[in-house]
Amino acid sequence: MSFWATILLSLAAIAVAAWVFRWGGQKLTNNRPFFRDMPFGVAFGYVFGAVALAGVVHLYVLARTLPPAEANKYFFFRLAVEGFIGFSIAAWLFRAAGRRIGTQASRKLFRQMPLTAAFGIMIILAYAFVAIFAGWLAPYGQEEVLGAANVVPGGDPAIGGDPRFPLGTDQIGRDILSRLIYGAQNTVGIAFVTTALAFFLGGSFGFLAATLGGWLDQLLSRFVDVLMAIPALIFALLLMTIATVWAPKLGIPLTVFMVIIIAVIDSTRVFRLARAVGLNIVVMDYIEAAKLRGEGLGYLIFREILPNAYAPLLAEFGLRFCFVFLTIASLSFLGVGIQPPLADWGTMVRDLAQFINFAAFAPQVAVAPLLAAGAIALLTVAVNFVVDWMLQKSSGLKE
Amino acid sequence: MSRLLEMRDIWIEGRTDEEWIPIINGVDLTLDKGEVLGLIGESGAGKSTLGLAAMGYTRDGVRISKGSVVFDGIELTTAPARVKRDLLGRRIAYVAQSAAASFNPAHRLIDQHVEAPVVHKVMSREEAMRDGIELYRRLRLPNPEEIGFRYPHQVSGGQLQRAMTAMAMSCRPDLIIFDEPTTALDVTTQIEVLAAIRDIVEQFDTAAIYITHDLAVVAQMADRIKVLLKGDEVEEAPTREMLAHPKEDYTKSLWAVRSFQRPQKPPAPPDATPVIRVDHVTAAYGKVPVLFDVSFDIHAGRTVAVVGESGSGKSTAARVITGLLPPRQGQVFFKGEPLPADYRHRTKDQLRQVQMIYQMADTALNPRKTVGEIIGRPVEFYLGLKGTKKRERVRALLDAIELEPDEFIDRLPGELSGGQKQRIGIARALAAEPEFIICDEVTSALDQLVAEGILRLLARLQDELGLSYMFITHDLATVRAIADEVVVMKDGRVVESGPKDEMFTPPHHPYTDLLLSSVPEMDPDWLTNLLAERGVENIGDAAAGRM
Repeated sequence: MSFWATILLSLAAIAVAAWVFRWGGQKLTNNRPFFRDMPFGVAFGYVFGAVALAGVVHLYVLARTLPPAEANKYFFFRLAVEGFIGFSIAAWLFRAAGRRIGTQASRKLFRQMPLTAAFGIMIILAYAFVAIFAGWLAPYGQEEVLGAANVVPGGDPAIGGDPRFPLGTDQIGRDILSRLIYGAQNTVGIAFVTTALAFFLGGSFGFLAATLGGWLDQLLSRFVDVLMAIPALIFALLLMTIATVWAPKLGIPLTVFMVIIIAVIDSTRVFRLARAVGLNIVVMDYIEAAKLRGEGLGYLIFREILPNAYAPLLAEFGLRFCFVFLTIASLSFLGVGIQPPLADWGTMVRDLAQFINFAAFAPQVAVAPLLAAGAIALLTVAVNFVVDWMLQKSSGLKE
Repeated sequence: MSRLLEMRDIWIEGRTDEEWIPIINGVDLTLDKGEVLGLIGESGAGKSTLGLAAMGYTRDGVRISKGSVVFDGIELTTAPARVKRDLLGRRIAYVAQSAAASFNPAHRLIDQHVEAPVVHKVMSREEAMRDGIELYRRLRLPNPEEIGFRYPHQVSGGQLQRAMTAMAMSCRPDLIIFDEPTTALDVTTQIEVLAAIRDIVEQFDTAAIYITHDLAVVAQMADRIKVLLKGDEVEEAPTREMLAHPKEDYTKSLWAVRSFQRPQKPPAPPDATPVIRVDHVTAAYGKVPVLFDVSFDIHAGRTVAVVGESGSGKSTAARVITGLLPPRQGQVFFKGEPLPADYRHRTKDQLRQVQMIYQMADTALNPRKTVGEIIGRPVEFYLGLKGTKKRERVRALLDAIELEPDEFIDRLPGELSGGQKQRIGIARALAAEPEFIICDEVTSALDQLVAEGILRLLARLQDELGLSYMFITHDLATVRAIADEVVVMKDGRVVESGPKDEMFTPPHHPYTDLLLSSVPEMDPDWLTNLLAERGVENIGDAAAGRM
């Protein structure tokens, strides 16, 4: 049977099952509105979802029961399922703990929190913890060369691992676990500083443009338009190339240049947002009242406008942090970002990239470069979950 | 007459963060064919919720927890979605408060009009269009053949409200629910819409539920009136009986609101220096002229009401006085001293003397600041008080506006009711210890009982502190209650001005007359008599004259 015939037949079978499901539901529940008003498409969706779930369970059981050589095919699938379940349980426990411990306000916050947001907060806290205490947590130094390269993780001698290095050693024999932990400090720390700087620049100028308007607004906005017209990554790459020449002459670390360059480029986006939010706030009567009172510019911006712009700015901060983070990782991957021997996740992915070729027959080996990529992905997802939740909360407040 | 709608023991709940809170508690409502029921109460009384429930519909996060809604033999609370879809729009229609927000701005009026009859297969598209034009004619819209081919932003608010009524009539429903259809309109426009709605409901023998908070309006429209308070029914009676003999205290208090009236103060001596003198002011927004040679005086301890429709330049006059809009010509004097035209050139003391209270208390208070911070800032800024002294002053101000200091000082504006917010706005103006306050439509967004409280408070503060008010309003009942002198404005010009008692006794300027006679009265025959007096055509003329 051809591939397309299989697909069509399966869909037809699901369609029939969906009709039976709805009809049976109506008969069994005596026409409850849930089944009575259910469109066919929704019934189809329920059955389709159930079939997909059954498929996942089936594959997972296969992955656990087949002999190792066969099961290797499903190695990443098994990792994904176990990771998903593991993180879900962890997030649930984290939220349950939050509901019992802490002040009244924090307990209330946790009670209304969706699981995704709890997951996000948990991951961010974990990253912050690792980044701050990297020196104590890491078993070895980030620059220490410890012996032969051995990228097999798990530390199981049976498949060639080394128990001293639970995640293996990289191509010149440095401990991958330690480098991951220090990477949190370098990559996340630098990303945070860069984002904060971008917000300081973009936010100040954006509010200034919104409050004063006129030629200053025109000047700043057109300048930002020009900067935004150049593709961000290419622009950053260009400036970084110039900076690599200047940095040694001026005796300033290249990282400082990178922070400033990325912050300036990203501040253009923050400027746009701060200006738009600010424009909506400056037309409010309470701003007019403050102006008529004779208040100065500083009071207007920081005491009247800023408190009302926190919610969208904070949400943007989360997103912007992810972008900055990815930009740094991309620059490092391209070789102009954080410089070796400092551990950095982008650089780690690039250095170990060749091992991805082993994915088909030795999936454990291919995990090595994906560890750093996974660390980036996990933080990005976590931050986005938290941002979504905050946006929802802040929009709910307005009603 | 036969029964059309029967709602029995309706309980409705709304969902907040964690629990369901009651909105309607066991209300009954019945309606016969061709009958009009008026539903009145303050905001938050559950009028709109009950009106929507009559369609078997609830907003998101709201549910009918108990009770039955039977429309012409069909139980709506348990009816399948398919049955309700068939009924809504065809046999039951809804007219929302703001037509401007309810029309889709991207489609022509007639295209939106024909949607319901075509979808319900009552008429073909061509028939529905012909019928729509006929309805526009009956609702006395100007140019009925042509107006439907305009977009919503190209017609005025009153016309849009009538077009929306026409749209509701498109399938000749048995029941229309009108949710405050004239609240957002000027008095002169309101008359046209009221007359049009009443005619068309009578012509087609349609039953209607008319929701409003304005008693005088409901008196013109309804056969029966039901009064709601916080989700409970207070009483229900035929209109004339209800107006003549309200039974419950709450209903009586609603009736009594309009009786608040302060005696007019004697005019200031002719040689006295006015607190504010607006001297031959002409002003424009960019190239659009808004004010033409406007002059008036406001004397110490007096209230000058500035009245007129929206767009007449009342608020612009206030912006000129505050210095937000420097005039082209003319000048503003404070106690004989000229005020700099731009507020940025005024001294701190000049700014302190002219304070403003805004119409929308929601946007006038910073939502992220507590009451204590909002009132405390002018105290600190102008009077230089800090710490305990500042806090004491804030508490004294809260006392003055009749709010308990301990309870309110740390609240955010979001935790206050509309009337309380407006009181905070007053306290902020008082905190500067000014001599002159501009009140810009301060009561128009409030329920009548709450508005009356605000008016009484302003009157008391004036007596105690000797304040002068410029009172901008379009509501003549408010003028009657609080003003000493009246300035009538139209199209940026002062049409007439003088002491209140003179203004309310004939002869008037024709425009003042039109304004005065358009204010609905509690007499149920008022609209009929007025229309007879003016002649039906005159309404159209009046409308045309305004545009």
